[in-house]
Amino acid sequence: MDSSEAIYNALKKSGIDFVVSLPCVNLGKIMEIVDSDKEIIHIPVTREEEGFGICAGAFMGGKSPAMLMQNSGLGNSVNVLASLFELYKLPVMIIVSHRGTEGEFMSAQIPMGKATPKVLDALTIPYFNPKNPDDALNIIPKTWQIAKTKGTPVAILLDIKFW
Amino acid sequence: MERIKAIKKISSQLTKQLVICNIGFPSRELFHVKDLSTHFYMLGSMGLASSIGLGLAMSTTRKVVVFDGDGSILMNLGSLVTIFNQNPENLILIVLDNECYGSTGSQCTYASTVDLGKVAKSIGFKTIFFFKNSEEINFKKVLKSEGPIFVHFKVKKGNANVPVIPMEPVEIRDRFMDEIKNPK
Repeated sequence: MDSSEAIYNALKKSGIDFVVSLPCVNLGKIMEIVDSDKEIIHIPVTREEEGFGICAGAFMGGKSPAMLMQNSGLGNSVNVLASLFELYKLPVMIIVSHRGTEGEFMSAQIPMGKATPKVLDALTIPYFNPKNPDDALNIIPKTWQIAKTKGTPVAILLDIKFW
Repeated sequence: MERIKAIKKISSQLTKQLVICNIGFPSRELFHVKDLSTHFYMLGSMGLASSIGLGLAMSTTRKVVVFDGDGSILMNLGSLVTIFNQNPENLILIVLDNECYGSTGSQCTYASTVDLGKVAKSIGFKTIFFFKNSEEINFKKVLKSEGPIFVHFKVKKGNANVPVIPMEPVEIRDRFMDEIKNPK
C-alpha cells in the first residue's frame, strides 16, 4: 500500500471528517486525496496555531478534526496546545511529517526535528511512530480512540523513511 | 463607549447564536453582563477567537458570533485571509477595538494607526459594519446580513471591575457542547 493512501485510509477508518492543513513535500498527496473527498471538510490555513484554533471550534461543533503539518509547525503551536487543548481537554489528531530524521538532506531541518519529540513530551501529548503503511493503518485509529477518551491531542510522527 | 456597554448592547440582541468570546476581560465582562449556555469563554490561547469561531461555523448551521479584540486579531491576521476564503455565511466577527492590550495594562496596539476595517475590506470582506460611540446599536441588521461579516467596533480603553469567571474550563466546554448537541 502507498504510504499516503495508508494515512488517508487510516483517517477515514478513524472517522476523521474535518482536516486542517499546511503543506510539506511529504504531505502533498494526502492533501490532494483529502481535498477531493466530499465527506471531509478541508481547510488550508496560514499558520499551524490558527489551524489548531479551527480544529478546536470544529470539535465543539461535533466534528472529528485532524491537522496535517510539518513538525516545524509544532513550534508555532505550543501555546494553543497547552492553553486551549490541554486546558479544555479537547482531542485532535496531529499527522506530522517529521523532517530532520534519518535521511534528511537539509541541515536546517535538524534542530526542530530533534526538538519535536521533546516538545511533545513537555506538552504530555501521546505520540506514535509508525514505520510503514500497515503499521500506520493499525496505529492511527487506536490513537484517535485515546484522543477522544482522554480529551487530548495525539500525534503521529512520520519519519522521512516512512514515505 | 466602554467595552462592557458595547458587549451589553450586542448581547441583548442575540437570541440563539453561538458566541465565542476572547480571553481576559472581554470574557469576564460578557459573563458579568449575561451568562448563557451559548457562550464559550476563552481562558487562554490569545489570538485564536476568530479561528475557533471559524471552525465552529464550518461545523454547524447556527450563527456564530465572535467577540474578538484588536490586539488579538493582530496576533492572527492570517485568520482573516482564511475566513474570507472559506466564506462561512453564518460567521460574524466583531472586533472590539480599544487600540490597546486592555487585559495587560492598556499598552498600545498598532490599531491606532492601522484601520482594521480597511484591512478586512482589502482582504475581500463584503459586509463590514462600523460602530463608534453610537448609543443605538442596531445589531439586528448585522444578524440579518449574509456572512462572513466583519464588525469594527471602536470602544474606550479600560476594563469594567468584574471578577474572574467562576467556572472550570471543562465545565465551560461541556455546557457549550451540550447546547450545540441539544439546543435549549
